Order: sequence, then C-alpha cells, then structure tokens
Amino acid sequence: MASSLTTETPHPTAKVVTLDDYHPVVGPTEVDEIRALGHRLAGKSVKMVNSTSVGGGVAEILNRLVPLLSDVGLPTRWEVITGGNDFFEVSKAFHNALHGAPYEASWRAFELFLSYSEQNLGQLSFDTDFVVIHDPQPVALVKARNARPPHWVWRCHIDLSNPNPLVWDFLLQFVRRYDAALFSSPNFTRSLPIPQYLFFPAIDPLSQKNQDVEADFIQKTLEKFSIDAKRPILTQVSRFDGLKDPLGVIQAYKLVRKYKDCQLVLAGGGAADDPEGGQVLSEVRAAAGNDPDIHVLELPPWSALEINALQRASTIIIQKSLREGFGLTVTEALWKKKPVVASAVGGIPLQVIHKLTGMLAHSVEGTAYQIRFLLSNPSIATRLGENGHEHVKENFLITHSLKRYLLLFLILQKSS
Amino acid sequence: MRTARAPFQFMAASSLIRITGQQARTLAELLEEIRHCSDASIFNHTFQSLEQHHFLTEGFSNDFAQWTLAACNEPRLAERLASLDIRHYETLAALKADLVSILEDYLAHTPEAAYRKAFEPFYFCEAVTVAVPTEWRASTLAEFCQALRHVSIHTVHYHFVAARLREPLTVNDFSYWIEDSLGLKELADHIDQIDIYTNTLEGVRQRILEGANPWLAA
Repeated sequence: MASSLTTETPHPTAKVVTLDDYHPVVGPTEVDEIRALGHRLAGKSVKMVNSTSVGGGVAEILNRLVPLLSDVGLPTRWEVITGGNDFFEVSKAFHNALHGAPYEASWRAFELFLSYSEQNLGQLSFDTDFVVIHDPQPVALVKARNARPPHWVWRCHIDLSNPNPLVWDFLLQFVRRYDAALFSSPNFTRSLPIPQYLFFPAIDPLSQKNQDVEADFIQKTLEKFSIDAKRPILTQVSRFDGLKDPLGVIQAYKLVRKYKDCQLVLAGGGAADDPEGGQVLSEVRAAAGNDPDIHVLELPPWSALEINALQRASTIIIQKSLREGFGLTVTEALWKKKPVVASAVGGIPLQVIHKLTGMLAHSVEGTAYQIRFLLSNPSIATRLGENGHEHVKENFLITHSLKRYLLLFLILQKSS
Repeated sequence: MRTARAPFQFMAASSLIRITGQQARTLAELLEEIRHCSDASIFNHTFQSLEQHHFLTEGFSNDFAQWTLAACNEPRLAERLASLDIRHYETLAALKADLVSILEDYLAHTPEAAYRKAFEPFYFCEAVTVAVPTEWRASTLAEFCQALRHVSIHTVHYHFVAARLREPLTVNDFSYWIEDSLGLKELADHIDQIDIYTNTLEGVRQRILEGANPWLAA
C-alpha cells in the first residue's frame, strides 16, 4: 500500500526568463497584448500540478510557463505530486493503456491510485483562483474541489483517442468534475460533458533546441559527424523507436538516391537504456549497411545544441512516423524555416498544411517523391520553410501557450 | 486635418479554440455536420481561419475548402467552397446555407464522392474571442495611420474582417469610422475594396496606409 510522501515545489532549472526576453522574437505588440490580458487578471493566482519536475515535455513547458505567468501578474505555484514506485508503475501502466496498449486493469491498481491521491490531497492546499492539473496521474486531486478555488482545469497532454475503456471510465469520474479540459489536438479528445479547448504544445524559441546558432558551430557539428556540408542533407530527428519508422526513412532515402545525390542523417537518443530502442538501432544500422552517406547518430540527452545545428544544416527534415503525438520535432524544424516532409499522423497535419507549410506523405514511396520534388524545386522548398516558420510564429510558441492560459482564465472567470 | 466626432478605439482580439466533438470523415458527413453545427463553428472555419493562416495568400480561403482539397482530393468542390466570399454575408446562417447548398449540389452530381473516406477527419471547432482595448485611439486620420502601423495583425483582423458580422453589418470598422466620423467616403470605399483573399493581413495593413496617403498629404 502507499507509503508516506511529500510534495515538492520544483525550482526552474534554466535561467528565469521574462516576457520581455521574447520581444525580439514575437515583437513588442504581441508582448503588450499578452501583458494587457494579464492586467485583466491582476490579483489572481494559479497553481499548476503535475507528476514530475524534471524530464519529459510537461516539466519542460512548466519550467518556462510558470515564471512567465508570474511575470504577467498572476503569481503561479508549481507543485509535483509524489508517490512510491508502486504508484508510478500503476500510473505508467494507465498512461500506456490510455494510449491503447493492452492492459489488464485490476481493482488493486485503482485502489492504489486512489490511495496515493488521498495522501497527496493531504499534502497540498488549493487556495489559488485557478488550478491546472496536468495529465492523468494527479487527476483525482479534483476531489478537493469546493467553493474555493472556483476554477479547475485538466490539461491532458496525451492522445486519448483510443483508450483502454476500463482505465478511461475510472478516470472519467474525476475528469467530469473539472470546468474544462485542454487537449493538444482535436483528434486526441474524448466525448466529455465539460468544455474542451485546443491548447497546442509549444516550443521555446529561446531554448538551446531552438535558439539561433552561429554558422561556425553548425560547420563544426557537421565536421564532427563527417557530414558533407556541400551536398543535400536529409534529416530525421527522433528516438530510435519503430513508431518513428527509421527503416522506412532509409527506404525512402534509397529511392531518392536513384535520382538525386544526398546524405541521410538519423539522429536520436533513447537507445542506451531502452532494450526496444537498442533493437531498433541495430536494425537501422543493418539497413544502413556500408553506405557512407547514411549517418546514424545516437546522441545523449544533453545534445540539444547539436541537434539544433543538425536541423539548421539540413536541406529537408523528415518525420516519417507511423504514430505520433503532436510531433514537436516538426515544430522545431518549421521554426528553423526548413521544408518538412512528414506523415499525416497525430498532430502533424495541424502543423504541416500540405503544399503550404510542408509536404504530407502516406507511404515510403510518397515520402521519397516529395523529397525528390523539393530537392528539384528549391524555391518551393524555401517558400514552404518560410510559411512553416510563420505558422509556428503564429501558433506554436511558448508565448501562445501563455496567452491561451490567460484567455482561458478570463473565459472561466466571466462564465462564473 | 479633420477631427473625428468620436475617436476610434483599436481593440486587441485573441481567440481560444473550443473543440466541439463534431467530426466528419466523408463529404456526406461534412454536409450533415455543417447542417447541425453552431454559427460559432462556421465563424471559426471561415472568418477565423483567415486570421490563423493570415500569412498565406494561396490555396487557403476557408477550412472546408482546404480539407476538401487536401484530405478528400476533390479540387472541383474545393474551388467552389473557396469561392465563397465572407464579405458578402450579413449572417453566419446565410453563409452556412450556401456551404450546404454547394455540398448538396456537388454530391447530387458526384454521388461516388459522398462516402469516400478522407485521409484525415475534419474536426469542428469554435472560436471564443476575447477583445480588450489597446492603448491606441485615433481622432484624426494621421493618428489612425500612426496607430495602424503599431497594432497587431489580430487587431487588423478583428476590425477589418470579423467586424463585418457586427453592426453595422458587412462593413469593416475602419471604413465605417472613416466615413461616419471623418466624412471621407471615398477613402472608406477604397479601404473596403481591399481584397482579403489575395492579400495577407500585413498586406491589408499596407494597402490601407497607402490608400490613406493622399488624404494625409491633402
């Protein structure tokens, strides 16, 4: 049964940014408008709760979002639920089951989940005006709901389109008690009796992954990996996972090579401590064979700047996933004005509008054709990249996440 | 320089997208769902879509046309849906009726297209807009142009595109104020003629400023 636990308040690991730091990226008018929205919520406070303070996309987003919300006038506290290994094993199993993985749900698992939720409820106080609960792990904290705070929101970062019905029915009893649910894409949602809003995931243009980098560093990165800067470079950045279809990428590259000179870079991590990833990596290396123009790069987690440089050096970015979440690697590529050829899965079609902000494909052959087309038509490739950059600038930056939360709070406040 | 009877207040408008749960996987379903969707959905996929993709001038006039082309591969229908000009509508109900009429007509003549599964579903969403006053107010044409140079593209969309559904109907806020408060009917008409489908919203801003130049010099 559940052991004792304490909650913790994470400390942002990166330099604390302010909204003014984004002036050069989004312009002073956008910054002023965000501040004007914040002004309308002056005196209100926010609590964000999730299940981890480090690692993972949610913690990365909260690391930036929490100080930005405070900066625009809404003091925001970020707290993390804690639990024993048994809790995180159950919540990880729930997470996979919600993604559609086979799972034999047991009453013991549900009881354990509830037991830890009760202990977390004993540790946390909810005295802010808005509470935002992230993902399924802390979802049952809504049991603390009473007259104050008046507004509870559930931010679901995962795809619920095909969940295990038992697990989902269990969670639904809590989800329906929120004022609103937030999803990353319309195709990730379930039918719910509460309003649902679209909250795109976002990239931080000031992070190491996305900041501008010197041409010299890009050149050195290419030299480090023996990549020829003078010839076209096709790149897919993804962990070595079958669902990212790296073997399909190699097949597409081989089809392109029949007509066009190019190199392929497959850059990713996650293979070292993941037996499945190791297997995929072996298959990828076998498929690459002795081709000196295929560069399979297994990069450690601290390689953000090098990945940034590889993306910027690329002629075309590929994301040939068989299944995908939102696909933030696509967002990163578009931000860098790169033409993207990607599969029409998950959240990718929200970003890659076919023939306008990139090219969508549905097969190995289609992927190869679109790559050949863009290599043969560099002016079209350039235009797609520029449109893609504008699309990200308008929709998928961390400043948009900030603005969406402010709008949501205003709407909730008005509705009450 | 004429001074307006009432100043123009520039508004900052931002929208949150609400997911309705309605979706279509075929053209037949699209027709059925459009029949039953809210006016807010029609607004989101036509008026609002112009703002969301304001940097594109080609191939993107509304979400229905774009989906019909990209997900259903029906260019003839896409062209007809794209030809609907939101400036001609006083109500969203009228716009919806024309969308329905075009789809009904197309499917009557091309029944084999009705139940062909699209590459990806169409998800109906609604825009929930929050508008707040900016610091920019104008009492003369010079002040108006000064402010217009500084406000965001979302403000331009709110006053120039979305305004046509607010009273007085079918007129953009800029033209209405320039005619009603400054008495400059010719300039108001000139601005109202700027094409929102062949210009980006940044282009619209520039056309307005260029159009106002002769009056500023006068």
